[in-house]
Amino acid sequence: MTEAFIYDAVRTPRGKGKKTGSLHEVSPIHLVTTTLDAVRERNELDTSIVDDVVLGCVEPVMDQGSNIARVAAIAANYDERVAGVQINRFCASGLEACNMAAAQVMSGQSDMVIGGGVESMSRVPMMSSGGAWAADPEVSIPSFFVPQGVSADLIATKWGYSRTDLDGYAVESQNRAKHAWDNGYFDKSVVPVKDLNGLTILDRDEHMRPGTSVDDLGKLNPSFEMQAKMAGFDRVALMKYPELERIEFFHHAGNSSGIVDGAAAVLIGNKEAGERANLKPRARIRSFAVVGSEPTIMLTGPSFAAEKALKRAGMTRADIDLWELNEAFAAVVLRFMDVLEVPHDKINVNGGAIAMGHPLGATGAMILGTALDELERRDLSTSLVTLCVGAGMGIATIIERV
Amino acid sequence: MSELIRYEVDDQGIATITWDMQNSPMNVLNEGSIRAYADLVEKAIADDDVKGVVVTSARNEFIAGADLRELLRSSEQSAEELFGWIQNLQGLFRKQETGKKPFVAAINGTALGGGLELTLACHYRVAADNPKTKLGLPEVKLGLLPGGGGTQRLARLIGARASLPLMTEGKHLSPDKALETGVIHAVVPADELLSAAKQYILDGGSAKQPWDDRKFRVPDGGVQSPKGYETFIGGAAMLQKATWGVYPAPKAIMACVYHGLQLPIDQGLKVEARQFVKLARGQVAQNMIRTLFFSLNDANKLKRRPEDVPTQEYTKVGVLGAGMMGAGLAYSLAYSGVEVVLIDRDIESAERGKGYSEGLLKKRVKRGRMTEEAANEVLARITPTTDYGQLEGAQMVIEAVFEDRGIKATVTKKAEEVLGSSAIFASNTSTLPITGLAEASSRPANFIGLHFFSPVDKMPLVEIIVGEETSDETLARSMDLVKKIRKTPIVVNDSRGFYTSRVFATYVQEGIAMLSEGVNPALIDNAGRMAGMPVGPLALADEVSIELMYKIAKQTKADLGDDYVEHPATVVGTKMVEELERIGKKAGAGFYEYPEDAKKHLWSGLAEHFPLADEQPAVEDVQQRLLHIQGIEAARCYEENVVTEPADADVGSIMGWGFCPQHGGVLSYIQTVGVREFVQQCDELAKAHGERFAPPALLRDMAEKGEQFYD
Repeated sequence: MTEAFIYDAVRTPRGKGKKTGSLHEVSPIHLVTTTLDAVRERNELDTSIVDDVVLGCVEPVMDQGSNIARVAAIAANYDERVAGVQINRFCASGLEACNMAAAQVMSGQSDMVIGGGVESMSRVPMMSSGGAWAADPEVSIPSFFVPQGVSADLIATKWGYSRTDLDGYAVESQNRAKHAWDNGYFDKSVVPVKDLNGLTILDRDEHMRPGTSVDDLGKLNPSFEMQAKMAGFDRVALMKYPELERIEFFHHAGNSSGIVDGAAAVLIGNKEAGERANLKPRARIRSFAVVGSEPTIMLTGPSFAAEKALKRAGMTRADIDLWELNEAFAAVVLRFMDVLEVPHDKINVNGGAIAMGHPLGATGAMILGTALDELERRDLSTSLVTLCVGAGMGIATIIERV
Repeated sequence: MSELIRYEVDDQGIATITWDMQNSPMNVLNEGSIRAYADLVEKAIADDDVKGVVVTSARNEFIAGADLRELLRSSEQSAEELFGWIQNLQGLFRKQETGKKPFVAAINGTALGGGLELTLACHYRVAADNPKTKLGLPEVKLGLLPGGGGTQRLARLIGARASLPLMTEGKHLSPDKALETGVIHAVVPADELLSAAKQYILDGGSAKQPWDDRKFRVPDGGVQSPKGYETFIGGAAMLQKATWGVYPAPKAIMACVYHGLQLPIDQGLKVEARQFVKLARGQVAQNMIRTLFFSLNDANKLKRRPEDVPTQEYTKVGVLGAGMMGAGLAYSLAYSGVEVVLIDRDIESAERGKGYSEGLLKKRVKRGRMTEEAANEVLARITPTTDYGQLEGAQMVIEAVFEDRGIKATVTKKAEEVLGSSAIFASNTSTLPITGLAEASSRPANFIGLHFFSPVDKMPLVEIIVGEETSDETLARSMDLVKKIRKTPIVVNDSRGFYTSRVFATYVQEGIAMLSEGVNPALIDNAGRMAGMPVGPLALADEVSIELMYKIAKQTKADLGDDYVEHPATVVGTKMVEELERIGKKAGAGFYEYPEDAKKHLWSGLAEHFPLADEQPAVEDVQQRLLHIQGIEAARCYEENVVTEPADADVGSIMGWGFCPQHGGVLSYIQTVGVREFVQQCDELAKAHGERFAPPALLRDMAEKGEQFYD
């Protein structure tokens, strides 16, 4: 099997995903072309050697609709022979796009592919693309659909994570993110978003709240309680988990991932293509895996996906130097650390989406780059990158520096 | 022209179709009437001299609904046959609304189910201002959905969000409320009904339904609009919250609206027809129709009343004991127009008992359900007193004193001293055998058990207990009282716990037994609710009082001596009462905690005293134990002749303790599982959990012979 290597990884900074966010004025296409331009320029890339652009996007409608990947390749003035495809594996879309790009290379059917993702959550809000799972009673009722936040609270309830446990984790995410930014750990990958005059619109993750304390977070109201109780989603969750008497509502804006805008791109190719383009491989993709798991609790997939990817790579947990798990909700990470016995100082070492935000379709590609940067900075070898995914899926990718 | 429906055309060219089914207690849609109506619709549309059509009724009601007797047979029909039948009805209504002639429904009285659906297929609906008129689509209450286009037309008329609760809860609307909701177009005085209906036609009213207009948009946003999408996401959860997922019909209704509203109406009708066929042929609808319609109606019509006994009129009834039960009884009697003598040991207690009625009546007045004058009249019928002499002239006395044989004997004697020779003495005991209590009576033939449920003003059932000496005449006259106060009687023979308490207790005890085995208490109570019981067994134990059950167990043990078999739940009850002093809800401490400012929650100490087992059962297994044990006990009651009719057992279980309506009651549940399968499962349960699960010989016998409780 052909090996797939990562040659480069870039991302935009993450803007607050609301009308007052710095990137709200920036179109989703512009977010993507910012990363595609950077990949071309940083690597002096002759784009004609790129076979395909695979982009994750969770709400592929309106400005993100109609195959944004191909349209972005055109808009970024890539060679017209570069194809593009938009994919959706919910929150894992960005990593899935990289895995698919790698799979094209590994199978020998492509030489060089860009994987990545985009989400302008301020422009195309969550749920914009509808779908049967939540709304079609013939699907939602028998499958015990609940919104994701309720699932996160269900995890906390079922395994007994307290509000303080979750808030403590969130504070650490803020501290780590600030430390990483202050020390330039993200400089290698973050590409500022600029306007048509070259003026910088945003060059830093603007969702962060450095200095947040557990006491500060203690003042926030639960985010999912009112809606859940009004509609009865807590009952739906209990019907699936009847061993629980009630759902504790502990997640809030401060210990859940932030809603943000952003994009990312990762250049993946085989050895020969890299040599032709005069590029040095940074890491090889050892293995990747996706799983489905129980959809009501929805967010416990990462441990299953991680184990599957480890097995496929012939590795054990001990072989992983750094872990990166998307901080969708604090309970997701706490549960993962418990199940796989991962110490806190080896996971999300530079913070995560609780501090910096989770631009749904892009996050997976972003944290793949973050993990690689940190391996290089610490001169370590292996990292496992994983995300929880809507509807009970999980994804994991293992990379190894070369 | 027909003994079902009349047809006439006036000189203005308006045809009037008048429903007047001569040989039926009410106007209903059945094979005959549908055919007759279809002929008339076609005739009117084909007649060039007819400008428009008014549909009305000559009866009190407009059309009460579909003939359920025909629907009960639908499980015997193939899916194709039933699909054809319902499409035929849908086609008739479609023809009516697309025939290019205005159809007007002149709704003189109640229009429910298919009756309302017929009006929804009219271009204009005008109702008489009759406050007794009920308009609604109540099919869901019998496990069905409105299959005559109701889900499609109502949702197109008023939108998904407004129409869904009407159909998933089967709510009735008054004409005023229906006007406000947009279900009908106008309300007029009854004597102007026909002229108002005709006026629509004379004024050139449209003969096109809104949904047949090319520019039609679903009110309130379509399914895929942000609001529509939200409606269905939240609506599904709300449904689960309300029903614990037990009933298929509301889910199917929601599916009809979700899919149907995204389609042209003819396609939407097909979606509705398919869902209808699935429900109508399903076990739940069959169960619900059998028990909640036919058996319940039979009970309310006193089907089991001994014949040849003249109807007893009730003008005065005595109630002994003005506690919770006595006070509720006084209210129900007075509300139904009966003078009540409410007796307690001291006048304060008696007056407090009357105060209960005052409170309820005030609420009714405040909510506009009753005039102040009428409320005062009801209240004036209750005379609180300590004087047994006031009972003179009462047709019946009902005692609701403390559950103690001695006290009951005393009040029986005191009352009988005053009562006329034909008066009935009824004991509202829930546990003590009637034959024994009757020993205190000087005329045991007139002594009977009337087991009311608390709170009396809300609970619909009365379990009538016939003692060994009770005469047929006493039974018949007692049933007349139950009918008088608009409750549902079932008739059972004397035994410890009679029927309802005996079976109901097994549910609570089984839940408690599981607690003692280390089953998670949350799982136990959630399983009860998910099985379709109104309250979990542990919560219920708190409600009825752990202490009361403990006392009954003690009494039973004393009474039975060597025959007494201790139930595993008794150990728990004893511990809760004697050691932990947690006697139930009224003391604010039982299996649950009852904080003043928050919802009740399971007592955290349970984990210490009843530690969780490492292995927890699946929720389905917990449900099976909770329901099977009730089925077994009910079958024993039937075997022992305590309950003599399956219909009584089923009606009593649903109306008495809320047993899973989707199964049609406790014996229907056995039939739903399958008698043979039920017996096999009980044998396995007996092996695993004890002899109390051993199926009675009656069931074994039925299983062998392939017999059922109902054909």
